[in-house]
Amino acid sequence: MSILVNRDTRVLVQGITGRDGGFHTKQMLDYGTAVVAGVTPGKGGTTAHGVPVFHDVESAVRATGANASIVYVPPLGAADAVCEAADAGIRLIVCITEGVPVQDMVRTLPYVHARGARLLGPNCPGLLAPGVCKIGILPGSICTPGPIGVVSRSGTLTYEVVYQLTVAGIGQTTCVGIGGDPLIGTRFLDVLKLFEADAATEAVVLIGEIGGSDEEEAALFVRSSMEKPVVGFIAGRTAPPGRRMGHAGAIVSGCSGTASDKVAALERSGVPVAPTPSAVVECLRSVWQSNGRSTR
Amino acid sequence: MNLHEYQARDLLRARGLPVPEHAVVATVEEARQAAERFGGRVVVKAQVLAGGRGKAGGVKLAASPAEAGEVAARILELTIKGLPVRRLLIAPAVDIAREFYVGITLDRDAERPVLIVSADGGMEIEEVARVSPERILRFPLDPTRGLEPFTARRAGFALCPEAGATVADLCRRLAAVYLDLDASLAEVNPLAMTPDGRLIALDAKIVLDDNALARHPDLAARRDLDAEDARERAARERGLTYIQLDGDVACVVNGAGLAMATMDLIQHYGGRPANFLDIGGSSNPEKVTGALEIIQADPNVRAILFNIFGGITRCDDVARGILKATEKSPPRLPIVVRLIGTNDAEARRLLADTPLGTAVSMDEVVQKAIALAHGTSPA
Repeated sequence: MSILVNRDTRVLVQGITGRDGGFHTKQMLDYGTAVVAGVTPGKGGTTAHGVPVFHDVESAVRATGANASIVYVPPLGAADAVCEAADAGIRLIVCITEGVPVQDMVRTLPYVHARGARLLGPNCPGLLAPGVCKIGILPGSICTPGPIGVVSRSGTLTYEVVYQLTVAGIGQTTCVGIGGDPLIGTRFLDVLKLFEADAATEAVVLIGEIGGSDEEEAALFVRSSMEKPVVGFIAGRTAPPGRRMGHAGAIVSGCSGTASDKVAALERSGVPVAPTPSAVVECLRSVWQSNGRSTR
Repeated sequence: MNLHEYQARDLLRARGLPVPEHAVVATVEEARQAAERFGGRVVVKAQVLAGGRGKAGGVKLAASPAEAGEVAARILELTIKGLPVRRLLIAPAVDIAREFYVGITLDRDAERPVLIVSADGGMEIEEVARVSPERILRFPLDPTRGLEPFTARRAGFALCPEAGATVADLCRRLAAVYLDLDASLAEVNPLAMTPDGRLIALDAKIVLDDNALARHPDLAARRDLDAEDARERAARERGLTYIQLDGDVACVVNGAGLAMATMDLIQHYGGRPANFLDIGGSSNPEKVTGALEIIQADPNVRAILFNIFGGITRCDDVARGILKATEKSPPRLPIVVRLIGTNDAEARRLLADTPLGTAVSMDEVVQKAIALAHGTSPA
């Protein structure tokens, strides 16, 4: 039906009384997500949008049974908030915060993994399983239920592609934004594994960009271990080397991380790469039907 | 944020790395005096935030104070990768027997910092990695414990057995700089060995993580505002991310991924993007007016497009920003707008009675803007 979340997902909002945290709590509630608790140190005992607020995550989990968390805490406190959630037994932690220092993440990732939690982000739009659950800031209105998994390093570019799919009548099982930072908790590879194992997902759209080598790693996995068709789009073909293109992770350093490397790696693995965002639909239709996995 | 060589040398020296004394000068006379003080034989180095200074003629040896003055005069007239040379570093010349590379940076795949050493110092490490990757040795740091003494010793003795312990100590000090400063790169290249066996850091490079500058106000204050492109600086101060390119179709986009994809699409349809510009996730109309000011200051720009996919960003706020900016000073360039997502109907209503061009899709807005830039009607 969906990956990472389901109808039993009970969400806690860290930073619920902040501007962004408050706004998106309302949006998530309107979408039907079970937001069961909020955390803002110093504001325990109050409520926000009808949701009880706690001083700390451990108390919130004990009182409400929250099993997923979304982090809107400002950059210098975000890593601590992620660790707090992992320590309190939260299994899925989504960190929206942009601007988290990279070395904070170096120390946070092993901490989170050691506690068996999964981190999505930081600097990500979260995830949305149409009709099931939304954790994050993806607009619910552009998504529709269906058989396609979407995974992306970007925010608004994901909206663009998901919107094109929806307009073309192609729905999604889950749309996952993994984040634009150099160090993130969940990579393309991890999400591809989940989509491959998910009975409802028939094909996957992967939206990558310049910087790092996660797309190349994903391409190897598709070739060696995936049965479901995957199509791609890579942003940043025109980016000059050595410049950070907005996302902290989007930088071409030396001769690695270029868009052409990534396109080549994906195509070598049988993943067609759309030349433009609007060509993704056409691209998807070509492999998805040829593979005999058309919609019923 | 990149630090200048002289700033990096000061930071490394303060932490016990073997960095010779230096002077920073801005005039020929100061260069001569500094050379005098250092005993005559000196190296004169352009202080610009760009690689390849040596190849560009920005690094020269001088055998006497008089020659240092002549060399300084020549280097001060250079522009290296678009950056005028305003300051020079003067340091005593060193006799070199061997040159090593020592650096610490992030290994994204391994999700931890890595110590990199190579016996091929003095050239760019990317070049070594390309030509002779086997000459590069990598030692991952523990993500929570940093560079263990035993790891530093392994690196030290692997790089230079006759001075292994000294190199190990130097690596640990470099790791401390990297970790304490929240750096994304701390590098000594070359680390020189003199004929009598002393190790000396002849160059230093430190790149800081912009995201961590808020907890290092002392480092943030070292930002060289002169060395930054004026428009990019103005954008940063307005909360925008702007990178100038050399094309003629400017774009204003929300979100970095969509901004890159928009640039790519301009090129795909035969145009040339003038910039990367991300107004971010905010709905502040001031950002839009700021973006238009910055873009219109670029003389190469011949058309401007907006590609906004509203999520957190509200399309009506962007429309208000466009109206405010164009009412204040009518745009001298054609503008075409594509707004979709949160409150897009209201945005279209606001812009209905303006001369601004509109488009429904991303492809359409890009094709229209290219046609406007080239003075033709869209295909």
